[in-house]
Amino acid sequence: MTTSAPPAPPDTPSGGSRPGPVRTVLAFLRNTWRGLTSMRTALVLLFLLALAAMPGALLPQRSLNEFLVDDFYADHPTAAPIVEALGGFEVFASPWFAAIYLLLMISLVGCVLPRSLEYWHSMRAAPVATPRNLSRLPHHAAGGSTDDPDAVLARVRGALRGWRRVERTEPGGATTVSAERGYLRETGNLVFHLSLIGILLGLAGGKMYGYEGDVIVRADGTEFCNSSILGYDTFRAGLRVDGTDLHDFCVRVDRFDGSWLPNGQPATFGAQIGYQSGEDLAAGEETWRPDEIEVNHPLRTDGDRVYLTGYGYAPEFTVTWPDGQSRTGDIQWRPVDQDGTQLSEGATKFERPGVTDPEARRTSQLAVTGTFAPTGAVDPEGNLVSTHPDLRSPVADVVVMRGDLGIDDGRGQSIFTVDQQKIDDGELRAAAESRLGIGDTVTLDDGTVVRFDGVTPWVNLQVGHDPGQVWVLAFSIIMVAGLALSLTITRRRFWVRVTPADGDGPSGTSGGSRVELGGLARTDRAGYGEEFDRLTELLAPRPTDKKDG
Amino acid sequence: MLVDPITSMWSDRLFQATLVVLLLAMVFTSLEYASRRVSKAARKEPAAVGAAAGDGATAETVEADGDARPARTRADRYGRVGVSLMLLALLLHAGSIVLRGMATYRWPLGNMYEFTSALCLMAVGAWLVLVYRHPVLRPAGVFVLTPIVLLMFVTGTVLYAEAAPVVPALQSYWIIIHVTTITIGSGMLLVPGVASLLFLMKRNERPAALAAKLPGAEALDRLAYRVTVLAFPLYTFGIITGAVWAEAAWGRFWGWDPKETVAFVAWVLYAAYLHARATAGWRTSRAAWINTAGFATIVFNLFFINMVVAGLHSYAGV
Ligand code: HEM
Repeated sequence: MTTSAPPAPPDTPSGGSRPGPVRTVLAFLRNTWRGLTSMRTALVLLFLLALAAMPGALLPQRSLNEFLVDDFYADHPTAAPIVEALGGFEVFASPWFAAIYLLLMISLVGCVLPRSLEYWHSMRAAPVATPRNLSRLPHHAAGGSTDDPDAVLARVRGALRGWRRVERTEPGGATTVSAERGYLRETGNLVFHLSLIGILLGLAGGKMYGYEGDVIVRADGTEFCNSSILGYDTFRAGLRVDGTDLHDFCVRVDRFDGSWLPNGQPATFGAQIGYQSGEDLAAGEETWRPDEIEVNHPLRTDGDRVYLTGYGYAPEFTVTWPDGQSRTGDIQWRPVDQDGTQLSEGATKFERPGVTDPEARRTSQLAVTGTFAPTGAVDPEGNLVSTHPDLRSPVADVVVMRGDLGIDDGRGQSIFTVDQQKIDDGELRAAAESRLGIGDTVTLDDGTVVRFDGVTPWVNLQVGHDPGQVWVLAFSIIMVAGLALSLTITRRRFWVRVTPADGDGPSGTSGGSRVELGGLARTDRAGYGEEFDRLTELLAPRPTDKKDG
Repeated sequence: MLVDPITSMWSDRLFQATLVVLLLAMVFTSLEYASRRVSKAARKEPAAVGAAAGDGATAETVEADGDARPARTRADRYGRVGVSLMLLALLLHAGSIVLRGMATYRWPLGNMYEFTSALCLMAVGAWLVLVYRHPVLRPAGVFVLTPIVLLMFVTGTVLYAEAAPVVPALQSYWIIIHVTTITIGSGMLLVPGVASLLFLMKRNERPAALAAKLPGAEALDRLAYRVTVLAFPLYTFGIITGAVWAEAAWGRFWGWDPKETVAFVAWVLYAAYLHARATAGWRTSRAAWINTAGFATIVFNLFFINMVVAGLHSYAGV
């Protein structure tokens, strides 16, 4: 039915008693509920949803790109705090957005459930009796036929095959056929709306029980195991995830393969890996299953997905102290440019071996910092730049810092930088500076030699776990199916009244019949007319009276 | 993978030919429209339709075109030429797109040029099917062609991209499923968008000179509904396959990337349209406005989001 509000049962004041506070509250609740579950409210809420989502596309979103939010702060210093306060940088996590879709879902349940109940009843009931006056219906036709009523009725049955029909005889000798079809439309509608709730629950489940972590792994046979949060560089846990029971599995990155077009645009990326699933680990398997992670092709194991989301380089440096002891460091550096040339920065940190005295430790620590270019070149100002992301002619511009790195302070440190505080305090000072190709060395004033040995690529792996997503997918598919069903099936009612013509029929000839047709489109009004006309043609060859409205 | 320059050149030529033929078709459909004569009775028709909002056959000026065989009017002849030209354009256009795919050895929906071109093809195709099935709609052709020709022009100039391979993220069979369904859905939705606008013009009789000669309000309204009802599930399917692809390519199936967000907004608007059709007081004019807004959002998503707001989708490249 196309009515907007559920039919309101008449308020029957019982026994003349004045409405008490309880009744007032109840009436208020009932009216609120009725208002909330009306079609008009649903419409308004749908609009609000569309409107509320729009700033999420137009304003920078923190979840997508933190830097763009910072830019916005820089460009609009007065507006930004206001936008922030309104949740404009986190639209899809904001309470008002949640309020709209939750209200919509409540409205949906309240609207669709009673409707399905009504539909359930109507589905089991016989098609409604033929109205006395068929000419009142939106579709109507009448005519005479030379066939006798039985023949006409036989034709009616043939034409209405697949419709649900009931034949009834009327006191005046007329026979009526009530027919209805399109019952599945409501099923589709119901399935569609309920799947929307399923999708939302699936999303919520993912937010509760899912997690996502990033970790950089060097592509030289280094292993990573998903055993604890501590293994990750960053970790975003769902509300109910404390990180104690991650799915055990291990990934070993053997090689990174990239290929680029001459202009530096990436052509393909991939990492050759081996992995051991949780089962393998539990069974004490020694072998690694070979696989490859590429764009569009994550590793799927143990309900988790492992993606290749980035790559970079880890330059290797060896420090040789005057006493002949040496140490090698090859921590990853991170890409810093926006245009994908993989110009990188980092800090490779060293402690002099054999120094235990705290005071001596604090003056002898070293960090090789600076800039690294996989394909090095020098710009007009003399700065190192990279002209290609591939390792063609690696160059590092290093600044060797010496002093107290702050490792012993117990504060967490970025692996990519040295502690700026220590530099400001003068406890960490530049000891040498040089531009190094592979194999080049730089010597400090105390005779310590720093050598640039070579470069290893690393990959950034993103591990994702979302138990809700399979449900979201399943409900989405059901949703489309329901939608297609409800939009392509039309609900129609059709009535026929056949009267023997020898009585008071207008055609006057005995042995013929008078045929009256009526039609009503339920739920949608697009184009019953043409279909009705076809049926009319089939059933009453000589229409004497026809109406379409 | 290389690009075959000769094939790619022919693809471009066919595109240009398509645009020229569409322009010609526009000339003929506007001639048809201009030389259409509307009887006094039909001029009054919109008011009558406004009152009776039930369904029913179109009280249209059918007599002018359909049944009266011998007296084929001049408008009718122009109209037929217009439709034939559109058919020709459709063939040339399909050829252009097929050749583009052959030239690049990939599915020819890899950038905005190719995507918008295919969208226009779908819109022309949808319109031809409709005119074939409901000839009374034909006089509205010029209004459907105008936005298509405009889009085609922008496609061939601003959006034009040399035939080239696509970035790694787009090398997936999902591009065939996702982008194709979205294109078909969006292209089809152009028709109801225009039909709803025409419906509003007809109903309000503004601008009067243009509105008088339009097909009946009923027919326009029904046209908008019917095509929306077919295209909306396709569009929905397209969004879902996009999410499936994003799960494999970007590590999450939905991330409120600007493109995803605006597709969501358009989807919600079309849902609102279908709701409005079932809500008392919203059935006619307001529903038509919503449908128009829905298509405007799709166009906004195509141009503004791709070209101004960068997101993950932006590498679809201009
Ligand atoms: C997330 C929110 C909603 C979305 C996306 C949505 C979407 C849709 C769509 C696309 C249709 C047309 C398909 C069909 O006829 O089956 C529809 C129909 C319908 N919706 Fe919703 N809906 C939502 C919420 C609601 C709510 C809250 C109500 C109740 C107030 C409601 C009641 C109906 C009814 C009664 C129909 C059938 C209309 C008819 O008879 O033609 N829906 N909805």
